[in-house]
Amino acid sequence: MQSKTELKKKALNALEKRSEYGEDFDLSEFKVTSGGPEAIQNLEELDEDTKKLLLSAGIVPSGKGRLGTLLMTDNTVSHSSVTDKNIELTSTRKALQKYDWLKDYYWKIVPVDADKYTASSYLENADGYFIRAPAGKKSSIPVQTCLMLGAKNVSQTVHNIVIVEEDAQLDIITGCATKKEVEKAIHLGISEMYVKKGATLNFTMIHNWSEQIGVRPRTVVHVEEGGTFINNYICLRPVKSVQTYPTVKLEGKGAFARMNTVAVAHPGSELDLGSRVIFNSPGTKAELISRTITTGGKVIARGEMIGNADKAKGHLECHGLVLSSKGMQRAIPILEANVEDIELSHEAAVGKIAREKVEYLMARGLTEDQSVGMIIRGFLDVGIKGLPEELESDINETINKIGSSSV
Amino acid sequence: MLEIENLSVEVGGRRILKNINLKVESGYTNVLFGPNGAGKSALLMTIMGFSGYNIVEGNIYFKGEDITDLPLNERASKGLGIMTQRPPNMVGVKLRDLLEVTAGEKVNIDALVHELNMDSFLDRDINVGFSGGEIKRSELLQLAAQEPSLYLLDEPESGVDLVNISQIGGMIRKLLHGEMKCAGKRRKEGHSGLIITHTGQIMDYVEADKGYILCNGTIMCSGNPRELLGEIKEHGYGECIKCKVKQS
Ligand SMILES: Nc1ncnc2c1ncn2[C@@H]1O[C@H](COP(=O)(O)OP(=O)(O)O)[C@@H](O)[C@H]1O
Ligand SMILES: [Mg+2]
Repeated sequence: MQSKTELKKKALNALEKRSEYGEDFDLSEFKVTSGGPEAIQNLEELDEDTKKLLLSAGIVPSGKGRLGTLLMTDNTVSHSSVTDKNIELTSTRKALQKYDWLKDYYWKIVPVDADKYTASSYLENADGYFIRAPAGKKSSIPVQTCLMLGAKNVSQTVHNIVIVEEDAQLDIITGCATKKEVEKAIHLGISEMYVKKGATLNFTMIHNWSEQIGVRPRTVVHVEEGGTFINNYICLRPVKSVQTYPTVKLEGKGAFARMNTVAVAHPGSELDLGSRVIFNSPGTKAELISRTITTGGKVIARGEMIGNADKAKGHLECHGLVLSSKGMQRAIPILEANVEDIELSHEAAVGKIAREKVEYLMARGLTEDQSVGMIIRGFLDVGIKGLPEELESDINETINKIGSSSV
Repeated sequence: MLEIENLSVEVGGRRILKNINLKVESGYTNVLFGPNGAGKSALLMTIMGFSGYNIVEGNIYFKGEDITDLPLNERASKGLGIMTQRPPNMVGVKLRDLLEVTAGEKVNIDALVHELNMDSFLDRDINVGFSGGEIKRSELLQLAAQEPSLYLLDEPESGVDLVNISQIGGMIRKLLHGEMKCAGKRRKEGHSGLIITHTGQIMDYVEADKGYILCNGTIMCSGNPRELLGEIKEHGYGECIKCKVKQS
């Protein structure tokens, strides 16, 4: 076990360490806030704009159809409530005070010195959400958490810990949003997730930042024997720069991971989105699916599968649509086999929508706009369930806009 | 219904249709014969308005209106419907979603779906992983929902096994002729069709009124479809070319 002083030393040494990927941000341009907004008892009492903002990030202010709700604004957890007492949902700091054992999960799978963003998050003692589903607790209603940027030039540092105990099943929707008045800000998010034996974690993240926001999530997921981790990442709105490369370690026999990425790079957006699975146990399986569109921004879709154990099986699919000649799509699939009995494959394709497909629909009477819209909708539909209606209609609106502007 | 006048078409800079004259009267079902590579599919694609088929000469009239320069969705809404030979894999586009958008108000989709055994295909991506017969059934379902007044069918029997053929043939008959047995009534009230057939098999199911033979991008001959088919079966297409040479 690493001592606090060791961790601190590592973090201090890594404060200037650039990330391997993505634009480098000068963190001194941003400030970490303290104190911040008052505790909010009831999210329905928020102003209409903020409530809309929450909805468009998949967060239901009333908490209806949710197991629990947590809101973090800038660097402060301002709301946390549960409708099911069996689920633990609180701020990471509170949880660390409450449970001594939690230190065994804290900075355990995300290294503090991965880069300046992890180092800074450590040194700022970032708060975030702690969610734990006790053994055997199965629920299909999600817990919702929202990370919101509210102050100018803020550096939001977040540290989340999720634990799904043996045979439990947990759904989480995390929505990220930016208040209108925030022009420039950065979000650094550490997430350490643990899926125990036979457990399932269904994690959906909706990024709904804005034009001038830099985003650097750092996520590692540890999956034990027979466990399942499903990740849905959705980013359809403009953002300045997102660079993320969540890594799933399949550490027990038969563990399974699926990671879906659905994103649109608008003009001025730079999305460097990866998914990585490391097969460390026999018979582990994974599917990585990335569907990205550029309407003028830059997309780098990375996918990586590293096979270290026999009978591991994985497939990686990277599809990128280019809807504007100002846009850029780069697909980088990486497959690595370190043992003999392994089956890893990938398919990658980038390009425009095939004319033949648009005309197929037009021959049925659809206009060109409608045809492109239908194809785009299908392209982005990877079957993510349980999103609130408001978000669904928001997604539809975005797709329609993309469709008609690309014709 | 459809009238093609002196049509010449280039694909990729190559002229593949030359001086085509062809007509489908209202309520008629006409068939188009011809060897592989003759330009039959190209003709249907041109009538529908697909890109890549550049009309260098001539006109296409539909219901009396010149549609030569109309985009294909406008042709579709005027009543043209097509089943192409090799439709694309529509990844992500569910059959159900397309039917919802295209079906006419009075169409009973459920009944059609049932009739064509397509229930289990509604939530699948169109054509993705479909067999030959399934593609044809799905195309027919879409056409039936669309209710065109002129059906352009490109080799509806090709790549289809015997069980599927009778189902597909029966459906095409129903779409074109309804329950009408009398030729006079059918031509007055039925829908129109232009069907490409390589083998003539589809004529076991539908009443064909007139036949055309297309060779090397030119209409060589037209007449009674059964007689034409008989000639082709006996002498092949070589005779048609000779015949045309004699005529000119
Ligand atoms: N997209 C294309 N590019 C170039 N040549 C084509 C294309 N499509 C068809 N052709 C050519 O046009 C001719 C007619 O083809 P087609 O209409 O498919 O024939 P048929 O349906 O009678 O078998 C053939 O010589 C074919 O190779
Ligand atoms: Mg053909």
